[in-house]
Amino acid sequence: MHKVVIPIGPQHPALKEPESFSVTLSGEKIMKFSARLGYNHRGIEKACEERTYVQDVYLTERICGICSHSHSTCFTQAVEEIAKVDVPKRALYIRTLVGELERIHSHLLWLGVAGHEVGFDTLLMYTWRDREVVMDILAMLTGNRVNYGINMIGGVRRDVSAEQAKAILKAMDTLEERTKYYIQVATQETTLIQRLSGVGILSHKDALKLGAVGPTARASGVNRDVRRDDPYAAYSEVKFKVITDDHNDVYGRTLVRMGELLESYSIIRQIVKKMPEGPIITKVPRKIPAGEATSRYEAPRGEDMHYVKANGTEKPERVKVRAPTLANIQTVAKMLEDRQLADLPIVIAAIDPCFSCTDRLTGIRQTGKRKKNVLKWEELHTYSITFYKEHGIDFTDLNKKMAKALK
Amino acid sequence: MMGLFYMLVFPGFIFLSVFGMAAEYCDRKLYARLQNRVGPPWFQPLADFIKLVSKEEIIPEEANPSMFKIMPVLALTATITAFFYIPAWGYKALYSFNGDLIVVLYLLTIPTLTFFLGGWYSTSLYSKIGAVRALTQLFAYEVPLLMSILAPALLANSWSLSEIAKFYAQHPVYWFFNLLGFAISMISLLGKLEKVPFDIPEAETEIVGGTFTEYGGKLLGLFRLGIDIEAIVGSALLAAVFLPFGLGLPPVAGFLLFVLKVMGVICTLSILRTIFARLRIDQMMAFCWKVLAPLAFVQLFIDLILKWIPLK
Repeated sequence: MHKVVIPIGPQHPALKEPESFSVTLSGEKIMKFSARLGYNHRGIEKACEERTYVQDVYLTERICGICSHSHSTCFTQAVEEIAKVDVPKRALYIRTLVGELERIHSHLLWLGVAGHEVGFDTLLMYTWRDREVVMDILAMLTGNRVNYGINMIGGVRRDVSAEQAKAILKAMDTLEERTKYYIQVATQETTLIQRLSGVGILSHKDALKLGAVGPTARASGVNRDVRRDDPYAAYSEVKFKVITDDHNDVYGRTLVRMGELLESYSIIRQIVKKMPEGPIITKVPRKIPAGEATSRYEAPRGEDMHYVKANGTEKPERVKVRAPTLANIQTVAKMLEDRQLADLPIVIAAIDPCFSCTDRLTGIRQTGKRKKNVLKWEELHTYSITFYKEHGIDFTDLNKKMAKALK
Repeated sequence: MMGLFYMLVFPGFIFLSVFGMAAEYCDRKLYARLQNRVGPPWFQPLADFIKLVSKEEIIPEEANPSMFKIMPVLALTATITAFFYIPAWGYKALYSFNGDLIVVLYLLTIPTLTFFLGGWYSTSLYSKIGAVRALTQLFAYEVPLLMSILAPALLANSWSLSEIAKFYAQHPVYWFFNLLGFAISMISLLGKLEKVPFDIPEAETEIVGGTFTEYGGKLLGLFRLGIDIEAIVGSALLAAVFLPFGLGLPPVAGFLLFVLKVMGVICTLSILRTIFARLRIDQMMAFCWKVLAPLAFVQLFIDLILKWIPLK
């Protein structure tokens, strides 16, 4: 068979969100792979600048449907840092609790999706059934199955009662038992291992070079976890292991996620036991003083980063979101080198992509008619210099000074 | 007149369609229950068929319309024809001659060829990849299937399915020596019917719908009916060669026993498709040639030795 270019997406059964990949095939073998982001752009960063901080908490929660709590916590942490708010301990514990429950539901969801991508629908049905346990707990705690709306600037909106704590502990026991069973399935089922093992290899070096985050990086032996390296919320007060693996492939990523599930259960048990009494929210003024802050959060998919700049009004001047998928998407092309078409869905799924979180890029595509508007890199460079000069900013002196200093 | 009745009503088109849909229901329901789902109601396959038939027929502009339209009909006719040569109840099939075993296997290959041609002529990229995969897969499972069915035929010293069934009904002890062949042909049948772990030609997460990507409406309905009937005919073939019990029963009881046997094979197939993940095409080729084909050889040798040194 001669070379063919097949489109995977924007609409494709393997993708849960619209995203376009184009694959050049020679027979079954992948010769070239390219991704084009931008089908889900919603302009959330700009929308954040148009709204107040309180409204932004709800808006950032809607960046991602799965790790919604991650984004809202990341945003509130940044704002609280600027406003120098002392968040009550109990609120931090509740944030951690919801965050870990979210990790559980996200990882169980991932396992199901991975099963579906390799044609193992039974695994999908089983994990998603068990995922309902944690979804029910989340609904009980926050009132919602997704987009929990529990975060506020300065604390959380709902308290956890004693009965709820009991229900959480009970659910953890059920889930732990089920997860151990899935670990057994993943490590013993021959066809599943054949499809996962040795597929989508990302070496330790490449993982560092391409800046992979989260389970994708940890499965390549990168020992990195924001929860331990830069503790936020209540993570400094709980004991947990950072799961790493040196399989470097999709199988390793599965094992890391399964291991993280078990760690999450232990974290939640500790949190529920240790939870201090006290208020759950402090009052924060509507206007946040000028300043800027960067906040990091270990979302289920990897490190999430929010940058917030405040200008003393009730609206932020700039909000920048770096979702984990943006850091991981570059690794996919590397993982697919010399692989077969059949591996493509599971390799893409293995980074647990969330494309709507990722789409905040400006892309320029060269199309036939609009050639005049396309600038080359040098042209863009000179254009930027003249643009800033016109606006009264001149870097010429600074550049000369820098050149001198470097000498 | 009787021939027309055989062809169209019993045991031809109408009977096989109803039986095929019932088998599809059993398969889907069992698959769902094993996955902890509720599963479809009993009339779901029929409802699906009616829905598809009532839909608009869309043929891609680039496709070759006559080939595109003929393929589903060809798949359906080939499978129905194959059924006439299989002894379902009683010792004798509707039509039988020495060598009908090969004819049945040949007729059961035609659906795969129509999948290839249908996919190829619909000119969509996904269809073409699916078509090539279907043909590649054919070369993997066809040899073990043929060899594992040939082995009992060698022992029975006949190329006629009716004769084979008669031989094993008279010498039930030999049945135990063909169990390996039964397992091999069951796995090969999974490949023929394109079910997990061998649903590679229509792997929806990779190539959308494979061969059937461009098919819709009546044509897809016919294809699906063809696949349902292929499942019945394949299972009936396995039942006739490997499970020849109770062939001398009175008509109604014999018929019920036949239905039970076929359903048994179908249910085993759906259990198998529940517990596996889909293999890659290279893994499937390696498995069929390195594991199944040598095992089929072992089965052949067992039967040759038995022929040489008869029991008793």
